[in-house]
Amino acid sequence: MNTIQIQNITKSYGKVEALRNISFDVTQGEIFGLIGPDGAGKTTLFRILATLLLPDGGSASVSGLDCVQDYKKIRRVIGYMPGRFSLYQDLTVEENLEFFAAVFGTSIQENYELVAPIYTQIEPFKNRRAGALSGGMKQKLALCCALIHKPEVLFLDEPGTGVDPVSRQEFWEMLASLRKHGITMLVSTPNMDEAELCDRVALLQKGEIMAIDTPKGITAGFKSPLYAVRSDDMYQLIKDLRGMEGVPDCYAFGEYAHLKQAQLSDNLKLSESSIKQFLHAKNHQNIEIKPAQATIEDCFIELMKD
Amino acid sequence: MNRFSAFVQKEFRHILRDRRTLLILFGMPVIQVLLFGFVLTNEIKNASIAVLDPSKDAESIALTNKLVSSGYFQLNRNLGSPDELDPAFRSGKIKMAIVFPPDFAQSLNEPSSLNAHPATIQIIGDASDPNTATTLINYANAIIGDYQQEKAAHSGLSPNAMSIVTQTRMRYNPEQKGVFNFVPGVMTLILMLVSAMMTSITIAREKELGTMEVLLVSPLQPIQIILGKTAPYLVLTLLNAVVIVLVGILIFGMPMRGSIVLLAAECVLYMFVALSLGILISTRSKDQMTAMFMSALGLMMPTMLLSGFIFPRESMPVPLQVIGNVIPATWFNTIIKGIMIKGVGLEVLWKQTLVLGGMALFFLGLSLRNFKDRL
Amino acid sequence: MNNIISTDKLTRTFGAFTAVNAISFEVHEGEIFGFLGANGAGKTTALKMLTGLLTPTSGKAMVAGYDVWREPEQVKRRIGYMSQKFSLYEDLTVRENIRLFGGIYGLKMSEIKAKTTQLLEKLQLEAEADKLVGSLPLGWKQKLAFSVALLHDPKIVFLDEPTSGVDPLTRRQFWELIYEAAHTGVTLMVTTHYMEEAEYCGRVSMMVDGSIEALDTPRNLKDKFGAKNMDEVFRKLARG
Repeated sequence: MNTIQIQNITKSYGKVEALRNISFDVTQGEIFGLIGPDGAGKTTLFRILATLLLPDGGSASVSGLDCVQDYKKIRRVIGYMPGRFSLYQDLTVEENLEFFAAVFGTSIQENYELVAPIYTQIEPFKNRRAGALSGGMKQKLALCCALIHKPEVLFLDEPGTGVDPVSRQEFWEMLASLRKHGITMLVSTPNMDEAELCDRVALLQKGEIMAIDTPKGITAGFKSPLYAVRSDDMYQLIKDLRGMEGVPDCYAFGEYAHLKQAQLSDNLKLSESSIKQFLHAKNHQNIEIKPAQATIEDCFIELMKD
Repeated sequence: MNRFSAFVQKEFRHILRDRRTLLILFGMPVIQVLLFGFVLTNEIKNASIAVLDPSKDAESIALTNKLVSSGYFQLNRNLGSPDELDPAFRSGKIKMAIVFPPDFAQSLNEPSSLNAHPATIQIIGDASDPNTATTLINYANAIIGDYQQEKAAHSGLSPNAMSIVTQTRMRYNPEQKGVFNFVPGVMTLILMLVSAMMTSITIAREKELGTMEVLLVSPLQPIQIILGKTAPYLVLTLLNAVVIVLVGILIFGMPMRGSIVLLAAECVLYMFVALSLGILISTRSKDQMTAMFMSALGLMMPTMLLSGFIFPRESMPVPLQVIGNVIPATWFNTIIKGIMIKGVGLEVLWKQTLVLGGMALFFLGLSLRNFKDRL
Repeated sequence: MNNIISTDKLTRTFGAFTAVNAISFEVHEGEIFGFLGANGAGKTTALKMLTGLLTPTSGKAMVAGYDVWREPEQVKRRIGYMSQKFSLYEDLTVRENIRLFGGIYGLKMSEIKAKTTQLLEKLQLEAEADKLVGSLPLGWKQKLAFSVALLHDPKIVFLDEPTSGVDPLTRRQFWELIYEAAHTGVTLMVTTHYMEEAEYCGRVSMMVDGSIEALDTPRNLKDKFGAKNMDEVFRKLARG
């Protein structure tokens, strides 16, 4: 069953096209990731689905309700966590949660079971003002507030921003545990490495979807052989490798450079030894070469160039 | 707890936990009233005057004494001839001069029908400071009128025997006390400030912080958000009005001649106008800064400058008077003065009340229409 | 190897709270140094002390050969700064921004002109020279901001989360600019809480609760903690 259905959604702000003909479906109980840099249109899409913005064209539905016509009904069944921590900084942890519960016509007790695994982590600080919490705790509180009315669908716009890696991992673990309640989750992030934590992802760039698949499916789509190369002088290494024959692309990936080989049909076949030879001739020291698995980022770059 | 009361409770928490808001809410009204009362008051005491009195008879001396003993004037010098007037003013030592005719007592005591030479007293003010001059001349006029009435009552003569005309608009405020002007003025200002500016800022703050997005996505109705935002301020503003009226009455001796209930009702009406203006502003501003500027420029300045609070409306050019008519404070000012000073009721103030009521409906409708339940 | 930054028990407290707790470390000339830590770990406070904006409670820091709070003016002349939040004036054109920052650092008019041409050519921004910076895409803004931070030939440039939120390709291009600058002898100190940015640095330090808990090359840190990436290193470190 498709909980979210998006068909040919377009939205422009003046001359800027924020979303161009976006279509995809999210099935029930799935964690679906919208991956793309700032300005790709992630927030705009969230706001359309959360009934805060009207699309210029196309249609979308959440839980079978139309985002334009049935917006009041949608508002009862979704939980929304905007990009900024939308908490009242001057209210305490408990007051924030109580308030959002009341706004949705429920109470903490009523849905305590759902939020308990998360709330118990911040409950020791329930009398602390939200403004005095760390980034990770704010995020947990915001998630509790978005969950308190037991929504069918959860929209999480860049929940990982401003949060340390420990809290980020905990957060993803919480999302995974929410799956058993059948909650459908749409999560956006600019961090490509978070893509692997989703069931399926859409890669978004300049208002267009470049690919939709499981994370594995996306990386499997990267056909060219890939090498990870490093030497003591990375700047020179990248420059030199780009000048090598049969190398269409070379980019820094962490402490390595990822070197893509041209199409297999090409006569020029790269090998670890041919690359090593080439780099030796250029006086590189401490050369290291190994075959590499394409990451989501490799695929994103590849797709951007198409 | 239901949605609305949860919202109002949250709103009160915001207010009570923000020192700046509390200061504006409760510190400012008191400070403003006291400031206007003690520092900026246009009431004048012990102004230096000169007297040119060629007649030097019982009447002129008695009137001079009455002027000086009023406390407003202080006799700086007696002049010998009209030629000395100019140098006296130029020296800056005197603010006003009183010039008696040569036969003052005689003209004054002659029956009016036979009066060939009316008892003309010239009052000369220093117009380089027109506000002070006007005030002083008004004071002097009042005192002279008073003198004439006493005298007429004493002798049984008609008060019209004298040729100095007492201005009728001073009838309710014979001493032209500044306090009668600024207490209603401060009230219009503070109620506007607290109601309009604070509501517009508090709504804009939710937009700025992103919490508005979550509120909009919730089942809360726009009207619930608006009322929830304004209800606390309505209560607090009413409290403010009470404080201002009390300070005016107890510290500055402002009268309270009319109905308190009517005054309270009119205050609530005015607050509704101000609150809806605040909401209207908030629908047009994305952040607190914009809301603040818009309220300051669009509401505070006109309220202060054009409503007759600081500058008399009678002396404004016609276009400004017209603008003044669309400012709620102009009407409310008249209402407060009417109730407190003149002691009149709705039979006189119905027009002003209707205008305010119309404004309240208009702005509330407009702001509800403009308040979007989307971004 | 020359040290461009060296700190000795640098400490800053705010009331009872110790934001930076006696940190001592060196940054070598010409290296790309990653200054990592979670939000609130004390990175920003340390950075403010190193750039002369905040006086330390105790300890000492030398930057570009000068004691930061004895001769802050000397230090300021020799450092560049680029943050993700503020970098350029959005309502000025590209050319106006370059001229402004050139002027702020006391460059001569002729120098500014020459550098403007050079910079626009390098970034291929000639056609956009008279457009408002606000109208440029985020990636271009960041590249431009970095180049402007290098305008006065600083010895060291502080970069505050320079590439968060940009697309992968632009991030690569940006890091190549950083590599290039390092190649010419400029030292780069990158503060970030994005661990993936750390992997591009020569050496990194990790701050936890005001103290530097680890300092090494990303490779050595990963080996030491048996982690497959810097995120994991951080998690293991933070969990103790």
